Amino acid sequence: MIGYLGDVAALARKDLRLELRARDTLPAMLLFVLATLVVFHFALPADAGDDPAYGLLWVALVFTSLLGLARAWVPEREAGALDGLVLAPIDRSAIWLGKTIASLAFLAAAEVVAIPAFVLFFAPLDAHALAGVVLASVGICAVGSLVSAMAAASRGREVLLPLIFLPLAIPIVVGGVGATISEEPGKFLAFLGLYDAVFAILSWAAFEYVVTE
Amino acid sequence: MTKKPSLTVLASLAAALAALAVALIFFVAPEDADQGLSQKIFYVHVPIALTAYACFGLAAWKAFRLLTTRGERYDLESYSGVHQGTIFGALTLVTGSIWAKASWGVWWTWSSNQLVLFLVLFLFYCAYFMLRYSIEQGPRRERISAVYALFGVALVPVSFLAIRLASDFIHPTVFTRDGPQMTGKMFTAFCVSWAAITLLAYVMYRVELAGKRTDANLRELREALVS
Amino acid sequence: MSSSEKYVAAAYGVFLVFVLFWVVIIAAKLSRLERETGELARLARARVAGEPSDG
Repeated sequence: MIGYLGDVAALARKDLRLELRARDTLPAMLLFVLATLVVFHFALPADAGDDPAYGLLWVALVFTSLLGLARAWVPEREAGALDGLVLAPIDRSAIWLGKTIASLAFLAAAEVVAIPAFVLFFAPLDAHALAGVVLASVGICAVGSLVSAMAAASRGREVLLPLIFLPLAIPIVVGGVGATISEEPGKFLAFLGLYDAVFAILSWAAFEYVVTE
Repeated sequence: MTKKPSLTVLASLAAALAALAVALIFFVAPEDADQGLSQKIFYVHVPIALTAYACFGLAAWKAFRLLTTRGERYDLESYSGVHQGTIFGALTLVTGSIWAKASWGVWWTWSSNQLVLFLVLFLFYCAYFMLRYSIEQGPRRERISAVYALFGVALVPVSFLAIRLASDFIHPTVFTRDGPQMTGKMFTAFCVSWAAITLLAYVMYRVELAGKRTDANLRELREALVS
Repeated sequence: MSSSEKYVAAAYGVFLVFVLFWVVIIAAKLSRLERETGELARLARARVAGEPSDG
């Protein structure tokens, strides 16, 4: 167990270090989410009220995470390292967990910019909304790491990832928007927790089948 | 290798049941008091939807078998299951849309949870084909397709729950349709129709599977002969 | 025909048309399979006929 967690930590650290050095994914995500929020301002009619803006926040988060997820496996692919990792004497699911944690770190960094920007541009967010963001981010990265690996194995990968990811992201959007605007956010947060549990376990178990030749 | 029931027998049975179903639906089952004649669409729409779920379930089961036993045959079986499920899923959407127009005057409504669920599933399983055909043929493709099919069945209950939750606040205009208070004759007609459609789907599944297997065998033969 | 009758007919009709369309696709596939097995049988026959003269 310690060895497993050690492997996971090492893998996540590697991704974070690579990003800190190369700095190509995170700045893009930050700029993208800000640009999207500005576009939304122009997309919403003047008397729209707060609710549509809250909905659009979730659209912005999902699409920004797609940007990050598209690049999730690129370092491994470019260096031909994924085969090496798969052959290494580590549990393949540790690769998934390491990647999920790293993606989560990037997404969280983007959210640290996006959430205050949203509050500034549009409307306030309460504790339930923030809890929703946290839970949703976990779900997005858990499913996204697996799905991104699937897309990476294919020819049309940039185009394929959104197609595969979006239907799976629909429940996350429902949970997130509900946590933000509903009068009973508790049930939506519980639902997000359920989604995270179900799909994290599935992704954790299924990852090895996606990566091995 | 388990002996599969003869396809001819099954197809004949499906045809007989379909004939019986039509007779029961249009000549025996009484007309619904509230909805009138358009309620008859229920006898074809709901079995189609249930059959689509069954096909996706079958595909997921075969996918599970592929991942746990590495049996060769499961890949094509799972793929055929997804294909049939998608066909019947599309049919569910179309018949559901017609029923919505007949009942409520609109071709689409977000308040019908089942229709929305099928839309999400339809998107999901269409992506299955895009994914499958952008990967080189081989064990990798089989395994990725299998994992995707398994995610599909996990998505069904989760999406259903999501859509139920979403309807609370997102779409206030609710169309209701009083669930048919089914009399004995209506229930019989429904069951026969359901049996006929399920059997038809299974026959279609087996025919498609035979076609795909033959394709694969021919490819092997060609490689052997041309070399 | 009243409008409800039209919709009922449309629903059942769509089902029938889908299934018939599927039949068309399967028929096309079967013709292709027939053609390909014919070609392969020809190749096999040629191979068998050529064998006696091989070493």
